Amino acid sequence: MEKLNLLIVGVGGQGTLLASRILGTVALKMNFDVKVSEVHGMSQRGGSVETYVKFGKKIYSPLVGKGEADLIIAFEKLEALRWVDYLTEDGKMIINEQEIDPMPVIIGKVKYPENITSTLKETHHVYSLDALKIASQCGTTKAVNIVLLGVMCRLTGIDKKIFLEAINEVVPAKVLAVNLKAFEEGYNYHK
Amino acid sequence: MKKLMLGNEAVARGAYEAGCTVAAAYPGTPSTEITENLAKYDEIYSEWSPNEKVALEVAIGASIGGARSICSMKHVGLNVAADPLFTVSYTGVNGGLVIMVADDPGMHSSQNEQDSRYYARASKVPMLEPSDSQECKDFVKMAFLISEQFDTPVIVRLTTRVSHSQSSVEICEKENYQLKDYVKDANKYVMMPAMARRRHVEVEKRMAALKEYSNKNELNREEIDSSEVGVITSGISYQYVKEAMPNASVLKIGMIHPIPEKLISEFAEKVKTLYVVEELEPFFEDQILKLGIKVIGKQKLSVMGELSAQIIAEKLLGIKFETTQTSNQPIPVRPPVMCPGCPHRGMFYVLKKLKLNVSGDIGCYTLGALPPNESIDTCICMGASIGVAHGMEKARGAEFRKKTVAILGDSTFIHSGITGLIDVVYNKGNSTVLILDNSITGMTGHQQNPTTGFTIKGEPTKQVDLELLCKAVGIERVTVVDPFNVKEFEKVVKAEIEADEPSVIISQRPCALLKYVKFEGCQTISQDKCKKCRMCMKIGCPAIVDKGEHLEINATLCVGCKLCTKVCSFNAIERVGE
Repeated sequence: MEKLNLLIVGVGGQGTLLASRILGTVALKMNFDVKVSEVHGMSQRGGSVETYVKFGKKIYSPLVGKGEADLIIAFEKLEALRWVDYLTEDGKMIINEQEIDPMPVIIGKVKYPENITSTLKETHHVYSLDALKIASQCGTTKAVNIVLLGVMCRLTGIDKKIFLEAINEVVPAKVLAVNLKAFEEGYNYHK
Repeated sequence: MKKLMLGNEAVARGAYEAGCTVAAAYPGTPSTEITENLAKYDEIYSEWSPNEKVALEVAIGASIGGARSICSMKHVGLNVAADPLFTVSYTGVNGGLVIMVADDPGMHSSQNEQDSRYYARASKVPMLEPSDSQECKDFVKMAFLISEQFDTPVIVRLTTRVSHSQSSVEICEKENYQLKDYVKDANKYVMMPAMARRRHVEVEKRMAALKEYSNKNELNREEIDSSEVGVITSGISYQYVKEAMPNASVLKIGMIHPIPEKLISEFAEKVKTLYVVEELEPFFEDQILKLGIKVIGKQKLSVMGELSAQIIAEKLLGIKFETTQTSNQPIPVRPPVMCPGCPHRGMFYVLKKLKLNVSGDIGCYTLGALPPNESIDTCICMGASIGVAHGMEKARGAEFRKKTVAILGDSTFIHSGITGLIDVVYNKGNSTVLILDNSITGMTGHQQNPTTGFTIKGEPTKQVDLELLCKAVGIERVTVVDPFNVKEFEKVVKAEIEADEPSVIISQRPCALLKYVKFEGCQTISQDKCKKCRMCMKIGCPAIVDKGEHLEINATLCVGCKLCTKVCSFNAIERVGE
């Protein structure tokens, strides 16, 4: 791997920031130049959030444009649909099969789009899983982010040891064990 | 050692390494993490001040007192701090003084898109602009040196993408900075007309010296490549240019005020076509045109929103980006919402039910303007709600006033709402003001403030008693009420808007995200009892979903605050498992 343009998309409060912090650490350990661009503040309150992570020999812009993402990790299905046009032609997408209704759907104004994953699978390389279920089986629904990183590790072929080191450094000690388990489950999901 | 850091975190590191010992700020996205990180260093006294003006005054005091000090704010905060800024430009400094200001192009989390670079020109203060985290650290250290060398405060300008991007930073040792002597010098620090006139002369001399310095220092650098195309740029735009136009020659400006005129003229000579790439206003462009240099800028690039590598490639190089449109079905938008369990929700339910005019303010509760609450009529700036409601009363009279309230948070009230309240009392207004006391500064991510009883370092301290404070300025009708006690809340609001005197309602309930706030058990809707009246939908809780045929509660979102049970007339909402 020479470079990676990655997009993490989801809903404010889903733990995308921790995932990006771990990925940044992974990149540094691989001796890449890295930039991670986050959104803080207002959008975090249940809004649509996106984080850009770029690895490479030399990274200038921290942003990933439309058609430039090698990989998108979607923490929520509707967000997968919203951001899919950011993928490169042969880009890959990991989708957590969780549905979080946005306000227009909650108040019955519009319908939550149907068959998102199957539609996206027709045109893109999609790897889907119920990360919320897997995380809660591991002991905490909060480990959705780590399950998804497990999937990503396998897909990209990045050395698993590097991921584990990064998780050890970034994740607080008291929740480390559950998160390591969650990572393992994600790693073994799409063998 | 290399470490991955947010731009804001690197600013804090830079201040630490420079031996800075005093930091003051008022939180505001995207600047907040600067001071949160400064507070982690034991060697640095840090504080959340009541507002940006006070924060700058504290930093000025520390500087005159001989320490290196730093003060941080978002772009609109600099408006609040503008008064001391323009005069500290005259007095100059003792210990180095650095003012951090974070602009928000694209308005990710702001009420306007102002370009703070103009403040540097207007106040005659030098300004630096870093383009990544390493430069954030380096430029802050440099800013302290410039501050002391030229006897001036120095502003360092960030934008959201620099503040909130992580990149690697080389960690260095802390400098052992010695506190400078405190010297009484009325001619320098007491700005009365006679002294100020003399100091203005010094300011002009300083700016002339800084102009020369700008041409020579390493903050501004040429990266010469093509002789066809040259780009003058700074900050995050530099990164976009390097990605979009890898072969262009670049003049990267790090000291953005005063601009390096000589360097710019020389650079212009070296290329056939010269662009200036900057977000927001034509700050460089206007100055470069004034030098008689032909340059292409805002005729191709917008003054609105952020730039990106793709926008630059498209607008300047004419490259079209073919993107496939995957989805042909409409994608529902996902605006931010008030969290499940949010105390503001009970209040908005009542205000909407009573069909009141609501003069709003800055905070999480501004989200009450969006569907389904749609209860806020105005939002201008920090603390404006009270003055605006007072102005409405003076324009439209008592009848209108009896249908109007002002709402603002505890931190916003202390920031600049209290002066508005004093105005209401003094000038015989009768406004009803709701202070939403949720025991924390919410929107910016939970900072302590004078009403919470804790400092930035988590130490217990005196707590402003809002009730007593309101009474002390002359409000005789002060009521404290829980917004989740919907019936009582409605009764209080009705009584207070009717009263022919000013009143304050303290809507008191802690933010649902505070760790000590615990609700018990998730709720569910009994489909047998539910009459589909949809009253519960009126509170606008993201956990209650309208499925058309029926209503249901999303168990992963419900925190069990039970507000919905209080608006249901059929007792159809009950605790799961009961």
